[in-house]
Amino acid sequence: MSIAAELPVPPATPDPVDPLLEVRDLHTWFDTPRGMVRAVDGVSFTLRRGASIGIVGESGSGKTVLSRSIMNLLPKKAAVPASGEVLFEGRDLRPMSSKQMRSYWGPQMAMVFQDPMTSLNGVVKIGRQITEGLRQHLDLSRQDADAEAVRLLTSVGIPAPERRLGEYPHQLSGGMRQRVTIAIALACGPKLLMADEPTTALDVTVQAQILDLLARQQAERSMGMVLVTHDLGVVANRTDDIAVMYAGQIVEKASTRTLFRRMRHPYTEALMRCIPRVENPSHTRLDAIPGRPPDLAALPVGCRFAPRCRYAQPECLAENPPLFSDEPGHEYRCFFPVGTSAGAEALERNERAGSTAAGTTMDLLTKASA
Amino acid sequence: MAGSGTAHLRDRDDIVLTVEDLVVEFPLGRGRKVHAVSGVSFDLAEGETLGLVGESGCGKSTTGKAIMQVPRPTRGSVRLRGRELTGLHGDDLRKTRPQMQMIFQDPISSLNPRRRVRDIVGEGLSIWNRDRDGASRSRVDELLSAVGLDPETAGGRRAHEFSGGQCQRICIARSLVLDPDVLICDEPVSALDVSVQAQILNLLEDMKARYGLTMLFIAHDLAVVKNISDRVAVMYLGKVCEVGPAESLYARPTHPYTNALLAAVPRPDPEAGSTSVPLEGDVPSPVDPPSGCRFRTRCPRAQERCALEEPLVRPVGEDHFVACHFPVHAADAPADAVAGVATMS
Ligand SMILES: Nc1ncnc2c1ncn2[C@@H]1O[C@H](COP(=O)(O)OP(=O)(O)O)[C@@H](O)[C@H]1O
Ligand SMILES: Nc1ncnc2c1ncn2[C@@H]1O[C@H](COP(=O)(O)OP(=O)(O)O)[C@@H](O)[C@H]1O
Ligand code: SF4
Ligand code: SF4
Ligand SMILES: [Mg+2]
Ligand SMILES: [Mg+2]
Repeated sequence: MSIAAELPVPPATPDPVDPLLEVRDLHTWFDTPRGMVRAVDGVSFTLRRGASIGIVGESGSGKTVLSRSIMNLLPKKAAVPASGEVLFEGRDLRPMSSKQMRSYWGPQMAMVFQDPMTSLNGVVKIGRQITEGLRQHLDLSRQDADAEAVRLLTSVGIPAPERRLGEYPHQLSGGMRQRVTIAIALACGPKLLMADEPTTALDVTVQAQILDLLARQQAERSMGMVLVTHDLGVVANRTDDIAVMYAGQIVEKASTRTLFRRMRHPYTEALMRCIPRVENPSHTRLDAIPGRPPDLAALPVGCRFAPRCRYAQPECLAENPPLFSDEPGHEYRCFFPVGTSAGAEALERNERAGSTAAGTTMDLLTKASA
Repeated sequence: MAGSGTAHLRDRDDIVLTVEDLVVEFPLGRGRKVHAVSGVSFDLAEGETLGLVGESGCGKSTTGKAIMQVPRPTRGSVRLRGRELTGLHGDDLRKTRPQMQMIFQDPISSLNPRRRVRDIVGEGLSIWNRDRDGASRSRVDELLSAVGLDPETAGGRRAHEFSGGQCQRICIARSLVLDPDVLICDEPVSALDVSVQAQILNLLEDMKARYGLTMLFIAHDLAVVKNISDRVAVMYLGKVCEVGPAESLYARPTHPYTNALLAAVPRPDPEAGSTSVPLEGDVPSPVDPPSGCRFRTRCPRAQERCALEEPLVRPVGEDHFVACHFPVHAADAPADAVAGVATMS
């Protein structure tokens, strides 16, 4: 095995260059009748000022809980022994009360949700929803706030903005509503924008418009952005770094280019291979990932991906792999990484045996439908 | 188109389903109505999968349901193996049901959560009195195995115990139990994670081969539609824009809307870049659709003629048709259309 050369790295490699956000060994668990749901289970990453990171994973992998934990938007009593730190410009947000957070929400950090109606009030006119934050945080007069609202709506591509100020959310299309929530999020000039699946409910053409808008605003304002999505295609062209989440943990993290060129984690590889592509001929057999992610209330001791992994070896069932790294900025949680001799040998062994150490047949792991 | 016309309907012996000039309107009162489907035509040959793609609200589901006659189309013709369905009533219509089945986007809510899987899948057999000599049970078990569920362990469990992907497998088994000719799939993978989506797409291909199905596959995801389809029809605001073999339509999209849709597809490849200019604005209301070509309010190639005259479907390649006055790539595109684009950009 070539693993000897790859030393485990400690969680949260401190970033030397001006971090805006540092998430360190963050845990968010929920005590439920079914048991302890480990929704976020030791997540660390650093976001530089003005940089962007995409967080990708299947539904239920903990992306939303992670985003809300960072924003300190989870009800305090829901989340139990929440350990770890969320450092925003070096200050830990975790112990802060909602009252203290109120000076952060808006001018420091803002969030866009999948469903625009999460942040819009259906019975309040759009104009007031935008100017509220402006007047509160920036102390603008009514006229100045109105003028600023028009400017914001224009910048997010809403036609006839003066007229929109007097309208209610239900009078707008889904895409327009999402633009309004982006305008509200941007109103007080936040340093960090969290976007949780902002385009998942939208059509492709509108999705492209919104993603372009977010990228443009992020660059113009040199704002940090965390873009959460279940679609690797959405982040491939839009974020500096990508973190792949599985069962509450980041299983691979790298610069976008590195992740696509030298992916190490079998889950990243499997996610890439199961996506149908417009370039491929019709009726191309897809490499499905069999099964489902594990129950977060009953996690195995070993690697959480093992039952669905083509590379799984006995070692994988005994211990959940720590983070390894073989180049700066690239980390992955796997004992038999893709593209290494250890990985190639593991795959070969499983192919010869016809099944993996987790007992999954190799047939099921390639071109499976059932 | 987006326009009308029937030039793309094929004169062949193996046509299973023909939809001709289908119109579905929903009255809103005071003379206003939703023009959900406005003169759509296409056909499906034996064993073929036709993908129907377009943004939400363009009339895909309404088209699927109108083919099933629920609700009945406002006008137009739907022929199943040559038999006109729109005029059938009562028992005559009911008797065509086993030949044509439909599955939907939300598999969980399509199933009664408290019923047992075996009863759900076998329902059609008892309704149609095909439950003779215990043949029903073996048919149900055969289908459960075919869709990747173990009849022994899954058959006795209730629907609510299953995940979304497994519920879609149950729905597929249920839809196939009566051995239909035509399966209409309305966004069957849109609500599923990519990993499960791939499982279901592979499964549908297997089922099609095994049971000789002819499929209408409705979706808004162009990559998904290409993967499963032999031919593809692109819809916009109740009209068909372009129809053709999947390979040629994706390689040489001639309708400006098809081009825009393809350019907007997110590609899981950082080298692919995002050079395209996305389509601007929103889809207009189907209550008051634009005159002439319905796409003209968002079309970068639109000319005066597009507002005055509705384009009709015409051939642009082998079995490839478009409804546009100024198509992209077409040899006969008038020079002024190209000049128009240049001055607009
Ligand atoms: N308030 C809560 N109480 C208990 N479990 C929760 C709560 N919120 C989320 N979860 C669970 O946490 C896991 C991760 O959920 P989520 O972050 O929404 O995933 P994603 O956004 O990646 O789809 C899921 O299993 C979900 O059921
Ligand atoms: N029962 C109905 N009453 C009124 N309008 C409807 C009804 N069903 C669909 N529509 C409208 O018809 C149009 C087409 O809808 P639909 O066929 O569901 O589109 P798609 O499936 O392509 O998203 C939409 O504008 C929709 O709002
Ligand atoms: S090879 Fe082992 S450690 Fe790596 S993902 Fe597969 S099961 Fe996990
Ligand atoms: S060029 Fe004219 S006819 Fe063709 S799609 Fe555009 S508006 Fe319609
Ligand atoms: Mg989520
Ligand atoms: Mg629909």
